[in-house]
Amino acid sequence: MLAFLVRRLLTLALTAWLATLVVFAVLEAIPGDPALVMLGTSAQPEAVAALRAQMGLDRPWPVRYAGWVGGMLHGDFGTSLTYARPVAGLVADRLAITLPLAGLALVLSAGIAIPLGLFAAGRQGRAGDWAVMAFGQMGIAVPGFWFAILLILLFSVRLGWFSAGGFPGWEAGAGPALKALLLPAVALALPEAAILARITRTAALDTLREEYVRTAVAKGLPRRAVLRRHVLPNALIPVATILGLQFSFLVAGAVVVENVFTLPGLGRLLYQAIGQHDLIVVQSVVVLLAVTVVAVNALVDIVCAAIDPRPRVTA
Amino acid sequence: MPNRQRRTALAITMGAVLGLAGALAAGPVLAQTAPRTDLVVGMRLEPPHLDPTAGAAAAIDEVTYANLYEPLTRIDAEGKVVPGLAEKWEVSADGLTYTFHLRKGAKFHDGTDADSADVKFSLDRARGADSVNAQKGYFAAIAGVEAPDARTVVVTLSRPDGLFLFHMASGDAAIVAPESAGANKQTPVGTGPFKFERWVAGDRVVLVRNPDYDGPKPALERVTFRFISDPAAQVAALKAGDIDSFPQFDTYEALPQFRDDGAFTVMVGTTEGETILGTNNARKPFDDVRVRRAMAHAIDRKTLIDGVLFGNGAAIGSHFPPHRAGYVDLTGLYPYDPDKAKALLAEAGLANGFETTLRLPPPIYARRSGELIAAMLAEVGIRVTVEPMEWAPWLEKVFKGKDYDLTLIAHTEPLDIDIYGRPDYYFNYRSERFNAVGAELDRTQDNAKRNALYGEQQRILAEDAVNGFLFMLPSATVQKSAVQGMWVNRPIQANDVTGVRWK
Repeated sequence: MLAFLVRRLLTLALTAWLATLVVFAVLEAIPGDPALVMLGTSAQPEAVAALRAQMGLDRPWPVRYAGWVGGMLHGDFGTSLTYARPVAGLVADRLAITLPLAGLALVLSAGIAIPLGLFAAGRQGRAGDWAVMAFGQMGIAVPGFWFAILLILLFSVRLGWFSAGGFPGWEAGAGPALKALLLPAVALALPEAAILARITRTAALDTLREEYVRTAVAKGLPRRAVLRRHVLPNALIPVATILGLQFSFLVAGAVVVENVFTLPGLGRLLYQAIGQHDLIVVQSVVVLLAVTVVAVNALVDIVCAAIDPRPRVTA
Repeated sequence: MPNRQRRTALAITMGAVLGLAGALAAGPVLAQTAPRTDLVVGMRLEPPHLDPTAGAAAAIDEVTYANLYEPLTRIDAEGKVVPGLAEKWEVSADGLTYTFHLRKGAKFHDGTDADSADVKFSLDRARGADSVNAQKGYFAAIAGVEAPDARTVVVTLSRPDGLFLFHMASGDAAIVAPESAGANKQTPVGTGPFKFERWVAGDRVVLVRNPDYDGPKPALERVTFRFISDPAAQVAALKAGDIDSFPQFDTYEALPQFRDDGAFTVMVGTTEGETILGTNNARKPFDDVRVRRAMAHAIDRKTLIDGVLFGNGAAIGSHFPPHRAGYVDLTGLYPYDPDKAKALLAEAGLANGFETTLRLPPPIYARRSGELIAAMLAEVGIRVTVEPMEWAPWLEKVFKGKDYDLTLIAHTEPLDIDIYGRPDYYFNYRSERFNAVGAELDRTQDNAKRNALYGEQQRILAEDAVNGFLFMLPSATVQKSAVQGMWVNRPIQANDVTGVRWK
């Protein structure tokens, strides 16, 4: 188990370093000058040059790369070029929205999908199964942003229960803040739940065909008990893997839903920073996301190894 | 049996979908319209920071101008220069000395006096060697700033500048204090009737009434600027009643549904945004005036305005807005005439047309206009490849690098016809005639004479067909019907809410 953990951590460090190289190189290659973006079309060249010097962009690239990576190792992520604020604080503010949002969506997604998937597997080929499959098909087919707009039209415009997007800030209290996150979380969770329900169903069906399940049924265990005690734990391994992948996707991929609901999350920060060519913010956020994805995948592997000892040996 | 079950499931699904659709179709809830002293203003873009003296983003001025900061002079709703922090001023006969008298009792939001030393600091900072002012050129004519007493500022110019008072009224010339200027990006401190309360990054900026303001107090106690970039989300936020007023609303196709709704008022006014088909005058074949004129004949502005702005916008024939005194209507100079265009191309030796590239920045008007123009030019044999670009690469390559054939952009600075006299500007246009008139303009203070000179400049640009002159960007505002006092027109990029009140 220890060797497994060490291997995982090494992969994590290597991936993070590769991510810094790739993102830095890409941003160097893309044409665009953050100082010019700030000062716009009427700017005089000497004002742009003064701002470039102020931003430290007049230094050669190896110096800037070393400064950035060195700073990150000391926990200093630099200062945003456009917002003139430390990137760490900027990202922390945004994570305070994106993480709860992704967490809420994940809980909703798993909470809807796993019971539905098991239910469908238990009734393979019958009406219940068919309805779950139809829900799954629709959930996968309907684009998240469109579903988000429908939710806004129904619950905000028509019924007036929620405001149509925006975020009051955590200082307004947990109640209003969570209320602002609920509709986006539903919009985010539904497509994930649809995928997850289908995967749970398939995994459960596979498990149902196993000899030990047949044995359990043969020795007279009730159907519920068979599903819960023998099918669920074994079917959970692929589900946990997908769930882990989905969490990364929820954090990184919330950008569309955040835009529709105008939530100031990490995805939206990244989107705006790319538009403004705020190199420092883009670099740091991308590396953070890469590390998160790798870390979550490592965590999933560890969890799977705990559920099922086989990968510990073979991986 | 499976068939019946399948039908049942289908019926349930369809019922759910129809129920949702029915609920949506039933219409919006009426917004509450009790008299209020707070206002929620919608904006498309969030400002990167809140210091108008260190950035060109229009969103900075759209939050802060006249509300939070005051320049020496100010632009009012009609586009006239009116007193700002200076209550009056005198201009010497030679146009080289401006004496400003500051308001007594003007204070910054941190309680310190706003006096002549602050004005001197602000102007010197904007024109200094380290200046990162986006409009540093506005201050280029200043030779010196003196503060003979706390209420008087004397500015001497090295050359006459007919637009000096106009430029000093821009957000870029906001008066800031040496003690607070460094932190204005995050915690702005100005002298205006509203002061900064908080900024929920990515979501809103809140301003509250400044109880110590020395001038007339605004009716509003609290103004919230909310940032909503997605067009569908903008419409939903208005319909849900979350937003009271949405100026600069550019989802033009949504205007009819608000016009039909009694709870909302739609106002369509003017801006200073001349939208042009930017043309690289140094590149072949655009260095031939016949080719540029041919393109002017090939573009149908009516179709363009209908297609892009849904009819909300005025055609232009040169680089000047129709609502300003001094405007000359040159829209008839090159009527839409594809045959004439082909004849001109043939005359220029391009009977078979040519291939070219149109590089488009991100705004929706640019992307839509670009597609239509490419189709119109194709009619006369000009085969256009449309290349959409992000903002940063556009600025770097097209605007700064002048690496382009054609582009499309609105020039939103007020009275910016002088850009055609700049030697290094991205049009690569040079005209001694135009520059001579420009020099005359700088020497002229008399308004009637200035307007005649502006007319002269407009004619020169139209005759040379420097760029494709297309239309003025409109300024549409959608708001609850009880909101009064929002600007209809946008003589500068600002949301001055000092005169806004609820009915």
